[in-house]
Amino acid sequence: MMRKFENHVQEMKYEVLKEVSRAAFQGNLEEAIPSIPFRTDPGPSPRIRCCIHKERVITMDRIRLALGGDKKNPNIIEVIDEACDECTINRFIITEACRGCLAHRCTGACPVNAISIIGFKAVIDQEKCIECGKCKESCPYNAVADVMRPCRRACEVGALSIDEQKKAVIDEEKCIRCGACVYQCPFGAIMDKSSINDVIKILKESKVSKTSQNANEPTKSKNGNKEMKVYAIIAPSISSQFTYASIGQVIGGIKTLGFHDVIEVALGADMVALEEAREYRKVVGDIGTMTSSCCPAFVDHVYKVYPELKKHLSSLVSPMIAISRLIKSMDPEGKVVFVGPCTAKKEEIQKKDLKGSTDFVLTFEELAAMLDSQDIALDQLEESPLDNASFYGRIFARSGGLTKALGKLLEEEPGESPFNPITCDGILECDKALKRLKFRRLEHNFIEGMACKGGCIGGAASLSHGPKDKSAVDKYGKMALEPNQQESLRVFDLQSVEYHRDHQINAAQSILKDAVSVNTE
Amino acid sequence: MKTINVCVGSACHLKGAYQVVNRLQKIVEEKKLEETFVIKAAFCLGHCTNAVSVKVDDGEVFPLTEHEVESFLENQLQG
Repeated sequence: MMRKFENHVQEMKYEVLKEVSRAAFQGNLEEAIPSIPFRTDPGPSPRIRCCIHKERVITMDRIRLALGGDKKNPNIIEVIDEACDECTINRFIITEACRGCLAHRCTGACPVNAISIIGFKAVIDQEKCIECGKCKESCPYNAVADVMRPCRRACEVGALSIDEQKKAVIDEEKCIRCGACVYQCPFGAIMDKSSINDVIKILKESKVSKTSQNANEPTKSKNGNKEMKVYAIIAPSISSQFTYASIGQVIGGIKTLGFHDVIEVALGADMVALEEAREYRKVVGDIGTMTSSCCPAFVDHVYKVYPELKKHLSSLVSPMIAISRLIKSMDPEGKVVFVGPCTAKKEEIQKKDLKGSTDFVLTFEELAAMLDSQDIALDQLEESPLDNASFYGRIFARSGGLTKALGKLLEEEPGESPFNPITCDGILECDKALKRLKFRRLEHNFIEGMACKGGCIGGAASLSHGPKDKSAVDKYGKMALEPNQQESLRVFDLQSVEYHRDHQINAAQSILKDAVSVNTE
Repeated sequence: MKTINVCVGSACHLKGAYQVVNRLQKIVEEKKLEETFVIKAAFCLGHCTNAVSVKVDDGEVFPLTEHEVESFLENQLQG
């Protein structure tokens, strides 16, 4: 079947990831790379740019990012300079609505004298314009149009600016790796770095370790070449992806790629919710307001913009880290690969206090590319079950889910202060609540902070974004066998899993340094 | 000391792995066998069609139902 995409940027990225995956599985990556741009951009005419050669150069950049990108750049999101040159449009332009009036307030409002009246019309000298927007505000005819670059509009934390060459630049001090710019750039000029090659490598190693183990000693595997198993842990938002097949078939497909088992991150969400409810009862009296901590972009925003509010952050690791550690407590040799809609998770796993828990992060886009590179037709596969987590763990994927899970636990066993949560949907709402908290103006005692609108289902690396996604998650939640968190976790030895963290050691600055040292190893 | 690994992966979970684990734990507790057996949950033992999969130490994987738990433990005690 033909895979459907939301837009051509997604499709282009997918084609490159698929070619890289195929070559990586075949083990001939080095020989294959030079030929990839000729397959994805066959020519002779270019798709959208000036010439086919430029498009192929950009494809080479995408290949580089598919293979991990610039190791010296700590950010997991990179601007492809070569591809970022179509937005030569200036931000403010004078439209037909300009009457060339007598007042021409625009010229007076402009602080840099960039506007003059030529031929009864206002004209902006774009060399002088500093994009302050004063002319737009002053015009009584609303004749000044603001055509802000899509990446800047997408970046709600203000981390994107444009340099002298009119190329997008990411401010490391502000960027929370949410991926909004990656999703919104109409030219696909901003991309997240991929670990597909590393994941394919360990999948192949795992296959070798399995066969060599079987050949030598079928039952004894005390030491030596023990089988190395690779676990895929999938975010509950997967229920809104690959909707042309059933969840069971998606699981079957992931196993066909060579993963030993597929486990729900929602089970980690159950672990986190239970512990978070305990923490809430314990500390909310002292600190007044507690915030969630499972969205890495939200946590990063607190670190970077509101470091004084760190003590309000829940000390719990994210469901991804919790389930990874549970798996490793049961199989210390195992490798864990997270599959989800999130780019920020790619950085979360590198944090000083979390490193070594989850080994790699793949996005749904990357999973789709890997599946198709091996010609795995999901809708033709047999069903493979997926079950462990409760309803509550599964609805973590959408905005309001975490609050609902906590609310249920706090209803069963209330703390001293009644649960009064605010659900912040998207980083703007999060920022507003954090600002109120900073100035002691927040009346709520719990903040659910999700950087993406709609929650994880609105993640930048989702294959689909739409209203149907929420109902898909709820439907998947209702399919759960276990009614609640206590039931879904009753067989696990959770004592051996550490799932508290110390936010104080993760100063924003040191994170950057850590990331650099990780990448240059 | 024997470690009894019970698969709680999705396939086994659907066929009642949690009940098997809880039954095992209950009998071990009742008969005060804590020194003899450790009951552990494990993710996929790779025998999804033979659920619920159980493995003693590094031995073979075989299926077990909730009702067979008691006689299984008896056998393990003797064996």
